[in-house]
Amino acid sequence: MNHRQRKHLGKRLQEKFEAYLLNHAHGLFSSLGRLSRTPFTSSMTILVLAIAISLAGCFYIVVANIQQLTGNLESSNQMSLFLKDHITEAAGQKLAEQIKQNASVDAVKFITKKQAMEEFKANSGFGDALNALDTNPLPSVIQVLPKNALESNEEIDKLMAEFKQLPQVDFVQVDMQWVEKLQTIMLIASRGVMLVSLLLGFAVTFITGNTIRLELQNRQDEVFISKLVGATQSFIQRPFLYTGFWLGFIAGFLAWLIITIMLLILESPVEKLSTLYNGSFELLFLSFSEFILLLMIASTLAVLGSWAVLHYQLRQLKPQ
Amino acid sequence: MLRFDHVCKRYPDAGEALSDVSFHLDKGEIAFLTGRSGAGKSTLLKLIAMMEQCTRGSVMLDGQNISKISDRRIPYMRRNLGLIFQDYKLLNDRTVFDNVALPLVVCGVNHQEVSRRVRAALDKVSLLGKERKYPLALSGGEQQRVGIARAIVNKPKLILADEPTGNLDPDLSAEVMHMFEEFKQVGVTVLIATHDIELIHRLGHRELRLDKGHLVAS
Repeated sequence: MNHRQRKHLGKRLQEKFEAYLLNHAHGLFSSLGRLSRTPFTSSMTILVLAIAISLAGCFYIVVANIQQLTGNLESSNQMSLFLKDHITEAAGQKLAEQIKQNASVDAVKFITKKQAMEEFKANSGFGDALNALDTNPLPSVIQVLPKNALESNEEIDKLMAEFKQLPQVDFVQVDMQWVEKLQTIMLIASRGVMLVSLLLGFAVTFITGNTIRLELQNRQDEVFISKLVGATQSFIQRPFLYTGFWLGFIAGFLAWLIITIMLLILESPVEKLSTLYNGSFELLFLSFSEFILLLMIASTLAVLGSWAVLHYQLRQLKPQ
Repeated sequence: MLRFDHVCKRYPDAGEALSDVSFHLDKGEIAFLTGRSGAGKSTLLKLIAMMEQCTRGSVMLDGQNISKISDRRIPYMRRNLGLIFQDYKLLNDRTVFDNVALPLVVCGVNHQEVSRRVRAALDKVSLLGKERKYPLALSGGEQQRVGIARAIVNKPKLILADEPTGNLDPDLSAEVMHMFEEFKQVGVTVLIATHDIELIHRLGHRELRLDKGHLVAS
């Protein structure tokens, strides 16, 4: 190949590539135009898709919010020794001193019944209701922080068993255990959300696939004629794939709008509840990257559904 | 250019549509395909257009065996053909220009080239100036000419025409036939399926006559 031939070939390849890009651009915009020409059908499909996607998104954001609430809880090995009701303040104090001598214990804090009551009144928001009680139902507590070296569960269990033997102690609770329980519940919840989202994702795929199937039926002549003039499968399916893309993309955007509006409606009552509990809980919205991810997932699922249908149906469509 | 060797086509429920058909068309040859309805004309055209595959024998197009061609290669092979239909098969929601441009667009021809060649093809069928019109705004004869322009725009080696004059008056038919003879001049092979016996006798081209699936004259 001489220099001129090579240059000519390069130019031809470039022209082919430009034609290819132009064809893609045409597919992208003509499919959007086609959707807008049947506004009723298109908006019905897009709404159904948007509702499915926003359901999944809502579950996600609810779990994210609860996780935000529970995420601040530090998991520590702190133990609470609840003392029997008849143990006096002095006896409790003495027991605390005694426990502090234990080689495995780092720090000890004794909370009297009265202190416990004060603390509870301040933090729970039930102050007035508690005043109505005749007696103080709360037990005295010795909070024990084990040495850091005690990392393994077995050692914690051993220490716990030791404390349980003490006659003054009613029961022992390791804080970590209920944090763990809560975290397990959250794990189940987020996994449940994942499964439900998976189902909804399938719904999005199938709804788009079915829409594309109908579109394919409506445009059968176009498919036949294109085939007869030598169009490849990928050429024929391109505009349909773009239609699927737009359905998913617009539905994804709409779903984000639905989720955001719902959160905005919930924001002020949540804030009110939070102040009632002296909390500083702030409702979590979808972040920008989550918004982009939502759009990407929605359009990918829609394109996937369209592609699956096209892959099987286009072969069946043979010109007569 | 086109060769049929002992071609048989059997449909599962309709029996044998073509039996032992053999013939050969040279480059730049014009031939008429005749026979009554149901004689196998459409089947023969479908075999060439790769819409069907023959049960036995072989069909060679431009040196390639298309009787056993894979689905993947069909589109590329079809680009050597120009198909003209009795019912035109135009896309009514696209302009004349876009209809004629379709065979070029599917091949990935660039924009300027498409524009140039579509105009040349429309000029050939005397429809230049109607590019922006939609097919349904044209007369039957004009629509047929759009179909012809689409068939020739890609400079095919073989033109297949199925009853191209079926819906045209005698003057227009003669005009279309004259056009086919022009293609012959530039080395294009033309195969025309038709009922129009008078036209065949007047033009005096080769005739392939089918009767109940058998080639009785060639």
